[in-house]
Amino acid sequence: MSKIVEVRNLHFSYEDGTAALRGIDFDLDHGARVALFGPNGSGKTTFAHHLNGILRGSGSIAIDGLPVTEKNLPEIRRRVGLVFQESDNQLFMPTVLEDVAFGPLASGLAAAEASEKACAALDRVGLLSKAGHAPWHLSAGEKKRAAIAGILATEPKLLVLDEPTTWLDPPTQRALANLLAGLPQAAILITHDAKFAADVAQHAAFFEEGRIVARGCVQEIAERFGW
Amino acid sequence: MLHRRHAAAKILAALALLISMATLPPAYSFGWPAYAIILVTMAAIARLPALGLLGAAAAVLPFALCFAVMIALAGDPARGVWLIIRAYLSSVTALLLVATTPMPELIAGLEWLRTPRFLAQVMQFLYRYLIVLIAEASATRQAMMLRAGSAPALRFRQAAAAAGSLFARAYARAQAIHRAMVARGFDGHLPTSAKAHFQWADAGLLATAIVLSAGVRILLR
Amino acid sequence: MHIPDGFLSMPVWATMDAVAAPSIAYLARRAQRQFDHNKVPLMGVMGAFIFAAQMINFPVGAGTSSHLVGGALLSFTLGPAAASIVMTAILAMQALIFQDGGLLALGTNVFNMAIAGVLAGWLPYVLLRGRRSGLFIGGFVSVLTSATLALSELWLSDVRMPPAGLAVSMGVFLLSAIAEGAITLAVMQALEGIEPGFVRRPREIGARGAVVTLAAVAGTLAAVGVLIASERPDWVEKLAGQNGLVLPVRTLLASPPAKYFAGLAALLAIYALCTGISRALGRPIIAPRTD
Repeated sequence: MSKIVEVRNLHFSYEDGTAALRGIDFDLDHGARVALFGPNGSGKTTFAHHLNGILRGSGSIAIDGLPVTEKNLPEIRRRVGLVFQESDNQLFMPTVLEDVAFGPLASGLAAAEASEKACAALDRVGLLSKAGHAPWHLSAGEKKRAAIAGILATEPKLLVLDEPTTWLDPPTQRALANLLAGLPQAAILITHDAKFAADVAQHAAFFEEGRIVARGCVQEIAERFGW
Repeated sequence: MLHRRHAAAKILAALALLISMATLPPAYSFGWPAYAIILVTMAAIARLPALGLLGAAAAVLPFALCFAVMIALAGDPARGVWLIIRAYLSSVTALLLVATTPMPELIAGLEWLRTPRFLAQVMQFLYRYLIVLIAEASATRQAMMLRAGSAPALRFRQAAAAAGSLFARAYARAQAIHRAMVARGFDGHLPTSAKAHFQWADAGLLATAIVLSAGVRILLR
Repeated sequence: MHIPDGFLSMPVWATMDAVAAPSIAYLARRAQRQFDHNKVPLMGVMGAFIFAAQMINFPVGAGTSSHLVGGALLSFTLGPAAASIVMTAILAMQALIFQDGGLLALGTNVFNMAIAGVLAGWLPYVLLRGRRSGLFIGGFVSVLTSATLALSELWLSDVRMPPAGLAVSMGVFLLSAIAEGAITLAVMQALEGIEPGFVRRPREIGARGAVVTLAAVAGTLAAVGVLIASERPDWVEKLAGQNGLVLPVRTLLASPPAKYFAGLAALLAIYALCTGISRALGRPIIAPRTD
């Protein structure tokens, strides 16, 4: 059975020449959850942006067996749900419901069906009551959940979350951890919060200067690198 | 009740009233209570706080007073008074429209009325991010004031730097938004969610507004 | 500068609405071609930025402060078509959310600020190939044009100020225009500092663009000519009298066409003066396109 993510020898440099990724090899099984640790600028977010084709480097990436090529991008973006660090930039539609329905509509579903999927996703994260609200009426935690709902609405196989606990207070962080732990999808978590990672993920990988320098269980990696 | 009517119907109804008021000659300005009654009744039907509405509309009065005084001094006080009344009633009408229609719906209504799609979409995004950017501007302004020097020239440059950094952040934010949209399948066409249909009740509202506006206007010929 | 409802006479607001609507439709198509739907979020956010940036106070001396209007700045960074659309969006939102400007009068305000103001601000920038002076003059002329057009339209609607009021108004407009020029220049310089090469380089305007903008400029100057010349018939008379001109010439000078020309000439003189000053000023801060 293919893995959900298979990356071989991924290299990427920015326009100004700085090398961001220097030969990444990475695998993830279906349903597995992994945390990515590492200093700022070590390439974690850059790596994440390769998984749904926002950035294109050299090397091979396959999502659920599909190679990341121009042709496959629409399908890949349906299967990979990327939750950005800043929820405000992700909730770009005037109301929560419209935003969560954006993904299904963009993938070609009819309005009624998209609405249905949106409601189901909002229900899953416990925000159905806020469907008609404007995004700025939501608290930071609610915005994060709404962003996750927007991703869940397209029924992806992989969730990628970039620093999801930023701006969240401890109780909200715990609630988020519970939500994520209960989802069936595979997940990649970029985070600085070792405790949060331990609650959600089974494994961790440590990034340093564009390379993965260590892999193991969350506790072990966190201890070894003082995270 | 008015809240649930189709935005386009409300926009057209407001325009009907505004046009009726705008085309009334000053000689018949004694007919203004007719408009006032129509507006107050609609506000009551919509269960809007009348005092709040009337108070908010008063924002236009200082400007109107200035010009009214000038016109009066030029020898036509009647026209000056009519200017004030008309400006005020127009403001109430516009407020009535806005208070009974959430902005995204209002913009969608404008699109229904053939406003260019591109423009309507820009307006939607503008509205969505207005609060966010105002919050950022407010924070920047506060930081600026706390560090303000005394020399106006220095403060001017600081203000420019503040505006410049606000612009750069806004631009970066717009790029991040675009990335988020692309990540969710955006291909250049914003998907349209289910459009509200024009119902009989909407037509009824519009017809009533047109009849009343035209009626008052014709009676006061 | 935002004209509320109830001030303009029907011929004025109806004409302006009729002029503005197809113009904006055209500009929307043009902006869309240049920018495509991908850039809609950018334009929306830029609009919100202008809105928000208007909260930042720039001290302009004597304890007063001014704020950015933004038409010129938008045209430098997004190009004139997109700038017009963003300004239209801003004006529409200001009218709806803050009652700043009327609904029937929206066409007029859009013409003044989103079409004429943007174009008037953009021209100096292009003609001066992105030099600092072009940025200042762009901001300056953009605000002056919008304000003067607004006064002209009120004038045509029989909402007229006595000469003293007019002088005060023009004085205020001049100060606001100077402030806008300074603010626009300062913000653009700050932007260059943050990200060099970020701002849109002015390209040469094609023949059709030149004709359109020249027509617009002529139209604007005519509007101002109406304003200045009509208000001061005695000024012309006095000038003629002091120069000892013969009666027939005085009659000629007092005739309507002469008044318009007098106004136009005054405006052209101001424009020429500005351009002249600009040529004497600084180095280019934004390198013009060479392709």
